[in-house]
Amino acid sequence: MSYKIEIQNLSAWFGSKQVLQDITMKIKENVVTAIIGPSGCGKTTLIRCLNRMHELTPKTKVTGKVLLDGEDIYGENIDPVTVRRRIGMVFQKPNPFPMMSIYDNTAAGLKLNGITDKKRLDKIVEKSLRSAHLWDEVKLELGKSGASLSGGQQQRLCIARALAIEPEVILMDEPTSALDPTAAAKIEQLIRILAEDYTVVIVTHNMQQAARVSDFTAFLYLGKLVEYGSTKDIFENPKSELTEKYITGEFG
Amino acid sequence: MRSYSFRKLDNRIMISLAYAALIIALIPLASILIETVGRGLSAISFSLLFEEIPPLGQPGGGIGPAIQGTLIVVALASIMGIPIGVFSGIYLAEFRQSRLASVARFLNDVLTNVPSIVLGIFGWTLIVVVIGWSVIAGAIALAIMMIPIVTRTTEEAIKLVPITIREAAIALGVPQWKTTLTVVLGSAKKGIATGILLAVARISGETAPLLLTILGNRFWFSGFTQPTAALPLAIFNFSQSPFRTVDLPRAWGASLILIFIVLVINIIVRYATREKYG
Repeated sequence: MSYKIEIQNLSAWFGSKQVLQDITMKIKENVVTAIIGPSGCGKTTLIRCLNRMHELTPKTKVTGKVLLDGEDIYGENIDPVTVRRRIGMVFQKPNPFPMMSIYDNTAAGLKLNGITDKKRLDKIVEKSLRSAHLWDEVKLELGKSGASLSGGQQQRLCIARALAIEPEVILMDEPTSALDPTAAAKIEQLIRILAEDYTVVIVTHNMQQAARVSDFTAFLYLGKLVEYGSTKDIFENPKSELTEKYITGEFG
Repeated sequence: MRSYSFRKLDNRIMISLAYAALIIALIPLASILIETVGRGLSAISFSLLFEEIPPLGQPGGGIGPAIQGTLIVVALASIMGIPIGVFSGIYLAEFRQSRLASVARFLNDVLTNVPSIVLGIFGWTLIVVVIGWSVIAGAIALAIMMIPIVTRTTEEAIKLVPITIREAAIALGVPQWKTTLTVVLGSAKKGIATGILLAVARISGETAPLLLTILGNRFWFSGFTQPTAALPLAIFNFSQSPFRTVDLPRAWGASLILIFIVLVINIIVRYATREKYG
């Protein structure tokens, strides 16, 4: 198994406040990697550094390297826009475009990037919605507003939207935290299936979720990577005392 | 703690006061509408709408050139003012922390409050003195009046678009400028349309700047560098006429048409920017 993403000495700041300190980790291809840790530990910042979303916030800074297939996405000649087409993202709160239909939401990434071939769009929309396990629920009402769906369906629509531009990596920032348990379970199932074709990195504050869906787990605390290893090891034989305290619920 | 009946009484009094305030606010509004429709409707006829403006006191004729003039001047002002206003608003919203933005925002607020007669003088010295009383001078004066209104409402409407929507598009690999022009403007279009409407309605009724720029005459449009008629000027002239029986009904008719034009523009813009999914 090869490494899809290699994070090397990554540090990140908001203004003068350093939120990530010298993170180095390698993320394997076609597995689910979970990032866990208490609120404010830098989990979200870490994955936002992986598709260059962190720098969109004013007065932020990033140092270090993030290699995607061996090439630094922070390299001088790299356009962040092309990075984001290879690394899709699903956010904490479902955020379908409110003025667009289900179809247009799914096709949004393609349409906004200038693809207008109706046949091709139809095909990709169906494929993406099927991959997101939403097709059967919406196939008869693709013209309806994306915002009219339930929260869980909206989140799967956002996943379909991310899949439609055919990324290699999918980042998920607490994708189920705004959902009820049933809807969350569906997304978790989906994450497992997505890992067959994609490299998935998921941030979660829910340790059970990390244990259920991920192959590898990284534990972050106060901006530092405390421990990183197979999910089984992290939960059953944590090396660090801090990790053990966190996963047994002593703090967090 | 006061008793229940006391609090209930309090509540009733406050509600009655609120209703009273509402009714007081509606009285002038309703009476303007009733009066204008009542007096204006009887003055409206085919010849009023389509014939040339007669000299004061002379029966017959209409206010055709004034309707035409208003439509042309307002349209021309909108063509100039709306794009500048919308793009300035986008700039202020997108680069809200830049120094230029805060200076521009301040100047814009000042410009909003500049009395319209001052804009008239401005148009007069800048253009009229050079090329004479003209449609173009009037349109520029009105455009300058529109810009701050459109800029401010566009900025506010864009600021209301949730950052999550913007991030969703950027995370799809859509360049930032395209995100702003498609997803962000798409979500803000209702607010922006409201601003444009406010601005168009405001300039449609302006008299002072037009008086100093397009002059107002009795004839049909004869070129952008020529003076023209306009409804607010026609209303002003007819209402000041010593021949009340002949000219006052025309003033009311022109007023009704002006209100009607603003209403129609309102409906068109609302329809064009309606949300697909309410």
